[in-house]
Amino acid sequence: MDLNLDAPHSMGTTIIGVTYNGGVVLGADSRTSTGMYVANRASDKITQLTDNAADSQVVSDYVRYFLHQHTIQLGQPATVKVSANLIRMLAYNNKNMLQTGLIVGGWDKYEGGKIYGIPLGGTVVEQPFAIGGSGSSYLYGFFDQAWKENMTKEEAEQLVVKAVSLAIARDGASGGVVRTVIINSEGVTRNFYPGDKLQLWHEELEPQNSLLDILNAAGPEPMAI
Amino acid sequence: MTFTIPIDNGDSVKNAEADSQRTLYPYVTGTSIVAIKYKDGVLMASDMGGSYGSTLRYKNIERMKAIGKHSLLGASGEISDFQEILRYLDELVLNDNMWDDGNSLGPKEVHNYLTRVMYNRRNKFNPLWNTLVLGGVKKGESYLGMVSMIGVSFEDNHVATGFGNHLARPILRDEWHADLSFEEGVKLLEKCMRVLLYRDRSAINKLQIAKITEEGVTVSQPYSLKTFWEFQAFHNPTAGAQGSW
Repeated sequence: MDLNLDAPHSMGTTIIGVTYNGGVVLGADSRTSTGMYVANRASDKITQLTDNAADSQVVSDYVRYFLHQHTIQLGQPATVKVSANLIRMLAYNNKNMLQTGLIVGGWDKYEGGKIYGIPLGGTVVEQPFAIGGSGSSYLYGFFDQAWKENMTKEEAEQLVVKAVSLAIARDGASGGVVRTVIINSEGVTRNFYPGDKLQLWHEELEPQNSLLDILNAAGPEPMAI
Repeated sequence: MTFTIPIDNGDSVKNAEADSQRTLYPYVTGTSIVAIKYKDGVLMASDMGGSYGSTLRYKNIERMKAIGKHSLLGASGEISDFQEILRYLDELVLNDNMWDDGNSLGPKEVHNYLTRVMYNRRNKFNPLWNTLVLGGVKKGESYLGMVSMIGVSFEDNHVATGFGNHLARPILRDEWHADLSFEEGVKLLEKCMRVLLYRDRSAINKLQIAKITEEGVTVSQPYSLKTFWEFQAFHNPTAGAQGSW
């Protein structure tokens, strides 16, 4: 581990979790980079733990294993808080070896939709929304301004897509498609927003097939009306 | 002093007898805690920030918690370690209650326990990266003490951690006196917290003040302090010397 004590490490990614009136929406980009090379441009960073909770990193396999056992013993679905605490246990006890910041989001019948942020070190923080990854640096101001309590499911998803898209625009380590997962009492819905379907930001241009199309469109045909 | 890289005996999931690892640096940190004894007990103030390096990442972290019936614990430093300490204390209080003997842990006992924990971790080069402030009242006697991450432990009439050591302590040395009323105590703490707000980069303007008396613990709702910027000298500071600041 390098010894730059002032700047905490941030993983090459953008991850977001947002609560809304009835559940949660999780979102992430899809870029996995090894150094400057994009190893996978369509990875799925949102991993399902149980039927009603999801998170976004490597630790999930252990947690899924523990949660399945817990669910069998309990006789009913595990709560989001239990998932968060299991991850906390792994994150805290292995803090020197793990480099993952996670967002746990889900829905259970006792507390409804909940988001827990688990940054490096293993702190657990329950939040109405959470952002993480290297791309999140560009989103603190955005969320300070755009976040509202009690959004609808559609508003929440649009907010997440917009935010990941903005982060992708500025963070080299984030890119690809925007994946969202909506979790509420009805279950889990996965959505996919490819890069070319997202809104254009500052200094971004409408994608074309070729320069030739532009040149041909520029002047009218000689005999056109 | 060299920190050796631990052999992979540290994964406490796969190995039941894992040794402790070495914590080298904190990630999510809380800044100063300031506390004073007053007429009816102890008053403690902290802001609600959790910094992540230089980013003010979390703005709703409660850094003061009641312990049992008679104590109040405030922590600065790594928040995950504070959360772990709260788990240890939960167990301690639970075991104390299970005796069901009418006795309950007082602030002196809790402070002593924490001192032992912090010092022993320090000896293993695996500190809990916190400075803790422990205040309480039992049988009419007020108690206020502090433990650092290396196990330095003491009691005093007023304590402060982190930046508070440098900015709040001088104010407290000057203006604290025995038998402060609640109002005087709050005003004194707010004076310290305001200075910290001006001068500590990791301070945020959202604080809580907690009170512990014989009756028990109350933690105030979060609130913000007004700040003053209208000094004449602030309006045009470089007028006399262009290029300066």
